[in-house]
Parts: sequence; structure tokens; C-alpha cells
Amino acid sequence: MTMKNIVKKVLMMILTMVIVSFFAFLAFQIIPGDPTTKILGSEATAESVAALRAELGLDRPFFVRYFEWITNALQGDFGRSYIYNMSVSELLQGKLCVTMLLTAIAFLMIVVLSIPLGLAAASCRSPWVDRAFTVLGQLVMAVPPFFIGILLTLLCGLVLHWFDPGTFISPADDFGRSVVYLLYPALAIALPRVAMTMKMLRSSIGGEMNKDYVRTAYSRGNTRLATLYRHVLRNAVVPTVAFLAMTAADIVAGSVIIEQVFAISGIGRLLLTSISNRDFPVVQAIVVILALVVVLVNFLADILNQRLDPRLRLQ
Amino acid sequence: MLEIHDLHIRFHDADHEAVRGIDLTVDTGEIVGLVGESGSGKTVTAMVISSLMPLNKAAVTGAVLLDGEDLLKLDEKSMRKKQGSDISVVFQEPMTAMNPVMRIGPQVEEALRVHTDLPKTERRQRALQALRDVDLDNVEELYNKYPHQLSGGMLQRVMIAAAIVSEPKLLLADEPTTALDVTIQAQILELLQRLNRERGMSILFISHNLNVVRKLCSRVAVMEKGLIVEQGDTEQVFREPRAPYTQRLIAAIPTRKKLW
Ligand SMILES: Nc1ncnc2c1ncn2[C@@H]1O[C@H](COP(=O)(O)OP(=O)(O)OP(=O)(O)O)[C@@H](O)[C@H]1O
Ligand SMILES: [Mg+2]
Repeated sequence: MTMKNIVKKVLMMILTMVIVSFFAFLAFQIIPGDPTTKILGSEATAESVAALRAELGLDRPFFVRYFEWITNALQGDFGRSYIYNMSVSELLQGKLCVTMLLTAIAFLMIVVLSIPLGLAAASCRSPWVDRAFTVLGQLVMAVPPFFIGILLTLLCGLVLHWFDPGTFISPADDFGRSVVYLLYPALAIALPRVAMTMKMLRSSIGGEMNKDYVRTAYSRGNTRLATLYRHVLRNAVVPTVAFLAMTAADIVAGSVIIEQVFAISGIGRLLLTSISNRDFPVVQAIVVILALVVVLVNFLADILNQRLDPRLRLQ
Repeated sequence: MLEIHDLHIRFHDADHEAVRGIDLTVDTGEIVGLVGESGSGKTVTAMVISSLMPLNKAAVTGAVLLDGEDLLKLDEKSMRKKQGSDISVVFQEPMTAMNPVMRIGPQVEEALRVHTDLPKTERRQRALQALRDVDLDNVEELYNKYPHQLSGGMLQRVMIAAAIVSEPKLLLADEPTTALDVTIQAQILELLQRLNRERGMSILFISHNLNVVRKLCSRVAVMEKGLIVEQGDTEQVFREPRAPYTQRLIAAIPTRKKLW
């Protein structure tokens, strides 16, 4: 990719982040519920409410506050939590790591499972294997991750004793054990996505197999498998990469929910309590950071796809 | 060298045969034209000769002898050994016939990779030579380009280079110039003629352009609805067409005379 292209993409990313941060800020100004009532209780006097509003800076104009917030955020300072007596960065530090680790493991699982499985399904021409894959895929896609999580807790945790549900250890304390525990929630997030990605890859392989260049590959003496691996795969994987990047946000959101099921101290519970407490600085920070992750993943996917398909390098 | 005897092709989902028993020979060093209107069965014949017809799609009977060996009786492995080494194909649409995400070089030398144990550097040398043989310039640079960076005419030359890199006995060219404009067409035809002359490579040239066939081919076979209705020396056929269908085809050739 040319330098010019990268600069353009980065500018687009910055613009996206500005918009996201603006709406994250705006949204919590207009949803009903005032943080002061949450902090002081509903019987607080008008004076004490006004005093608190002044203290939190809520009495100043919207744009002034937004501007101040974003300039601080750029320096890694997301303000102080209204509820906990801590800076937002301090509050998020450990928890964000956990959630990102969980998401990364889930994402990795999706990639390393779905691409070989999709290829295997496409290589194998037995109709029975085909049907088995289809049925299994439908089944897995139809069950929501949190339910898969419950089943995994039950089966792998309580019946098979492969892990102890509820004994999550932070990666800062014991990285290895932490990762082992996270494998199960990650699997719960990954399974439906593996099925979807596999299906996606299979159908894009199917589409590619009918193209003219495949006939050319055969005409040079390539076997079906050689054609599949040497010619078709790279073409077929491009839409799959785009699909995975597009679902990155879903995968992060999935981990926020799954954390509840597996009692993991990630940002999941913090996010929920912060929303109900109207602890805006915390929520805004989480929204912006998650958005940043999604934007970065899409950027990387773009670069990867441009490496895979030279035609995408043009524009 | 290539002898086709009583070839029948019937698609499983069709109610009549696409090819209804044809006999055709291509001798060593000869260019034979196969002409006929759309749907007459030219492409499916070429697909069977090059073993590209999926077995689950059509029933094929008869014999396709290459140097006396029946290609229709080969098992899959021996069949693949012939594809791209003894028989190469050049298709109509060079733009779609090449893999868009693979560089030109690896596509040109692919037949060598599949069929020989030549080391990488040697394959590269041969690919570069093949690219020069089809009159392309700056071949080193070309080697690393992608198909979308080339024009249609250049791509068709690249396809021909890829087809001849393994020095096949027989080249099947299925309307190789139809997608190209007229001047490029003429250049490609000249190229095929030269390759035939210099290497003694036999060519089965499929076309519905009779003028082109007349210029290029020593013999011609005329196909109509799955049958070969006339076959013989090109000049002879053009001067004294016997089959009514051939007469109509020749009468339909746009010539300057007709415009007067
Ligand atoms: N995949 C297929 N399935 C069923 N029928 C087919 C298939 N491919 C070709 N046919 C039929 O076989 C017959 C011959 O087709 P073919 O493509 O060989 O014609 P052609 O002479 O090459 O025509 P054109 O000049 O348009 O390329 C046609 O009637 C066509 O409908
Ligand atoms: Mg055809």
C-alpha cells in the first residue's frame, strides 16, 4: 500500500473516532437520568445538587465540556469516576486488559478454526460430510453465546472438571492460568462465529471454483486440491477477512456478556453498573476505547486484504 | 498425432447430444481450423480433448487418440500428466482466464512447476524466455506484475507463453482473439503462426471467423449442430464448399466485394 493510501486511511480513522467520541459524549447528556440523583439520592436539596453539578463541571456549556474531555482523553486522561473514588484510567486498567485478552483469544480461535474447517469442508466432496457440517453449523449459529457459555460451564467445569468455574485469576497475577480459564468463555463466543465464518468461506470458495481461472489451473495439470490451495484460497479469503473485521465489534460485545456467565472481572460488569449509575466518564471511556479497537481491526483487515488482492491497492 | 473417432458428448441435463459423433485429425505441425456457429459444439469438443470436461456433467464416448493413446481411457493421474505438458489450452477471455491475485511469472511457469522437477531459478528463466518468445518486452518487470496491470492483448500473449512454456505437442486455441480488437488480433494470429512454424507445434484453432481460419489453417473442419459436415484442405473447402451449411457460412462472410 502506498504512503498516500495509508495517510488517507489514518485520517479517515481519526474522523471516525471524532464522530464516535462526539456521539458517545452526546448520548449520555440526553439519556434520561442525572448522575447527581444517583450520587446524592432523590431527596437531595436543590443547593447541594447545584453544588455537585458545579463540582463535576456539569453546569458548563456542552461544547466546552466535550472539548475539554476529548483533549484530556487524547492524553489518556478520561476524568474521574462519579461513583468510585478513582480516575477512570485506574478503574479500567486491569479490567480492559482482561476483556481484550478474552476477545483476542476468541478472535484467534475463530481464525484458526474456521479457515481450516472451511477449507476441509470445501475439499471433501462427500455429501454426508457436507450435510454434517451444515447441520452442525446451523445448530451452533442458532444458540446464543451466553447459553453455549452455560453449557460449557456445566459440561467442562462441573462435570468434567477441566476448569473451576468462578475462580478466574487476573492475567497480571498468573498469565498462564488466566488464559486457560479464558479458553472456555472464548470458545463460547467463538463457536457461532466459527460456524458463520466457515459458511462464508465455503460459499466464497464455491463461487470461486466456477471462475475461469480455475479452469485454466486445471488445464495446466493441477489437481483439485492444488487448485484449491494455490489459486482459489487466496481469492476466497478476501471477503472472509472483511467479514471477520466487520464482526469485530460483535465479538467484543459478545465478550462483555460472556464475562457475566463466567464471572470474569472484565469491563462487562463495570459497563453495566456504570450505565445504571450514570457514571458517564466511565461509560464514555469504554465506548471510545471499544470503538478504537473496532476501527483498528478494520484498518488492519484493509491492509491485509490489500496484500492479498492487488486489485484493492488501486483506488 | 491427434485422432478423434466417433466422439459423442451428451450433457446429463440435456435431451440431445452436444456432439453427435465426429471424426477429426490434427497431424504433427499442422494448424487445423474448427469453425461453426455458436452452440455447434466446438468448445465442448476442445474441453474433452483437454480433459477439462467434468465427468459428472456429461457422458463422453468414442476415442481421442494422442499419439495412439486413448485420452478417454486414462485414469485421473495419467490424464493430469498430459494436461499442460502434452496439451495446452488458450482460452477466449484472457482477462478472466488468469488468476487475479497471482503474479504473471508464477502463472506462466505453472506447467513447469506441476510437471517437472526444475529448480525455481530454471523455471523462472524458462518463463522469461517464453514471455520473450511471444514478443513481450521488459519481461523481468512483467514477471512480477499482476494481470490487472496488463492490457487484453498482452494478457493473451502471456496466456500463450504459459501454454507453450512446457513445449506441448498440441495447442488448443478456443477463439483466442475474439475478445481482442482487430490489430491485436492480427498480431496474435501471426504469433501463433510463427510458433507453429518454428516449433512444429500442432494447433487446433477454434473460431467462427472464416477469414482468420483461411489465413491461418492448412485444413479446416466445419461443424454444425454437433456434427462435422465438411472437412478438408482449407483452400479447397473455401473454393468449392460441398456442404450447403459451409456454402451459407462462406456466403455470409463480409467481404469488400459485397459492398460494391
Ligand atoms: N455445461 C453445459 N451443460 C449443458 N449443456 C452445455 C454445457 N456447455 C455447453 N452445452 C451445450 O453444448 C452445446 C455446444 O456448446 P459449445 O459451447 O461447445 O458451443 P460452441 O460451438 O463453442 O459455441 P460458441 O461459438 O458460442 O463458443 C450447446 O448446445 C450448449 O448448450
Ligand atoms: Mg465456444
